[in-house]
Amino acid sequence: MRPYEGECLMLSESAKSRIVDLFPRYPDKHSVMLAALRVAQEERGYVTEEAMGEIAVLLEQTPVQVYETATFYTMFSLQPLGKHVIQVCRTLSCALVGADGLVRYLEQTLGIKAGETTPDGLFSLKTVECLAACGAGPMMQINDDYYEYLTGEKIDRILADLRREGRSPLASGPFLIPLLISSPP
Amino acid sequence: MRERERELVNYEKILLKNMETPGYTGDLAAYERAGGYRAIRKVLKEYKPEQVIEIVKKSGLRGRGGAGFPTGTKWGFIPKDPTLTKYLCVNADESEPGTFKDRQLIDRDPHQMLEGTLIAAYAIGAKVVYIYIRGEFALGAKILERAIAEARAKGYIGKDVFGSGIGIEIWVHRGAGAYICGEETALLESIEGKRGLPRAKPPFPAINGLYQKPTVVNNVETVSNLPHIINRGPEWYAAIGTPKSPGMRIFSVGGHVKRPGNYEVPLGISLRELIDEHAGGVRDGHRIKAIIPGGASAAFFTPEHLDVKLDFESIAQAGSMLGSGGVTVMDETTCMVWAAYNLLGFFHHESCGKCTPCREGSAWLYHILERIEHGEGRPEDLAQLERLCGNIAGKTVCAFGDAEVAPILSTLKHFRDEYEAHIREHRCPIGDGVAALAAR
Repeated sequence: MRPYEGECLMLSESAKSRIVDLFPRYPDKHSVMLAALRVAQEERGYVTEEAMGEIAVLLEQTPVQVYETATFYTMFSLQPLGKHVIQVCRTLSCALVGADGLVRYLEQTLGIKAGETTPDGLFSLKTVECLAACGAGPMMQINDDYYEYLTGEKIDRILADLRREGRSPLASGPFLIPLLISSPP
Repeated sequence: MRERERELVNYEKILLKNMETPGYTGDLAAYERAGGYRAIRKVLKEYKPEQVIEIVKKSGLRGRGGAGFPTGTKWGFIPKDPTLTKYLCVNADESEPGTFKDRQLIDRDPHQMLEGTLIAAYAIGAKVVYIYIRGEFALGAKILERAIAEARAKGYIGKDVFGSGIGIEIWVHRGAGAYICGEETALLESIEGKRGLPRAKPPFPAINGLYQKPTVVNNVETVSNLPHIINRGPEWYAAIGTPKSPGMRIFSVGGHVKRPGNYEVPLGISLRELIDEHAGGVRDGHRIKAIIPGGASAAFFTPEHLDVKLDFESIAQAGSMLGSGGVTVMDETTCMVWAAYNLLGFFHHESCGKCTPCREGSAWLYHILERIEHGEGRPEDLAQLERLCGNIAGKTVCAFGDAEVAPILSTLKHFRDEYEAHIREHRCPIGDGVAALAAR
């Protein structure tokens, strides 16, 4: 995906003030780096070069300091992504209970390979490392939400929900496993 | 459910008690109804900071992040000079594959963790605390922010904690996807807004930590223990578990077990009890082939090790480590070369790139395992793997180097014949290791 022509790639004024508002929490501005990059990513769906330049000015760093940080952390993308970014955990505990099957299922259902975005710009698919949901696999994260104990049927419902409403009630709530734990005997 | 009830009778839960009570919401009112925020009040009223450190030393509490360093001793390294600024960082960057306990402690009982955080901050004289939570825990960060706001509104956190005249601010600092930031000095770099590259030690964070100031980094589970140690006394705590590894520990059990989950048990129970009694045993019709007892950085065990006691010393003596408490169980359908290959995929991806042996070595290890698993291994590959491992472990700035070789060296030790069969037969004799996705 490419940004459309004429799209504004700068930080908005409200994004800038969200960044500046965090300064009092730290003895130096540099510490706001990760939060600033997150604000930039939330605003455009990815971190633009223009935004990195502006973050450098706000945080009194060189542009390359912003760039080297943005490229170190996997949650920042320097390229546009789909509206819903699906991240499947591929690490051992999830792999033991069906992570590879989950990736294949999503690839077939969405018609793309891991690392790609659907032509309509709705979904991006990638594999990631352990997301601390090992007992509840196979699992995936879509944007901020975790989806756990996945089956083919559940994935179909989640994708349909996202297409229709932009969100799904099947997202995990506060974590507690095993879930049976407090049910009466 | 029957087994479950028996276990509830056997061990009194401490950290999971509130959240396993039906209807417990985890908000401030619920936490206080359950007896919360009594310990910090007592600490502020009755104890000097040094006395809190002594109590924690006496309890024998050891860090729950992975290394198991005695918490009171760690605090004791902080200079007493009151004019120095000190920092406390709570490590909520839970990323060790197989581990999912801190996530539950954060999501379900955030005030327990915050009360412990206040106690630790008071003990070391920190006026500012950063909770470093992994970026993917968006829900956990929101829950913590809300809990902090509740506590701040009541004057429990802020300029005048419980009217004591002492100021303690707690801020949530979100990571952005980097396993290495769980390493304490990488965590400090990350809070400072940089790439998460571990620092050479010494100097240790207690002397030269965050912003070059004396700093303590404690794990979520570690601080969650503190209110209970204050309320019930260090002698009570020290009597649980084993003499050298006291207290309860939350083990995250996953993989091929019937009931994966977080189980809080006294340190020193056997691996067999944890897997069979608590996690329901291996899935029906199968038998255990291998167990990772303490997160992906710990060496693989075999069924011969099932009677090893789950405490820091016993596990180390048996050749692995208690680590993060993440227990991964694999049955006989699992190819050990594939398992090591999967984990090296993790380590290769997560190596921060600072030290050459780890950066280059993880790639070599990964690619050699890849070709062995895919039937393209060469007879000399096993010696090559061992040589590479010997050139990584102990030769890097942080413990990541030792961690990445553990899956290989331990599977080579216990399952060498499986590696040899891959090379001899030019294929994986077990199967492709791909577990299918359930339809429903």
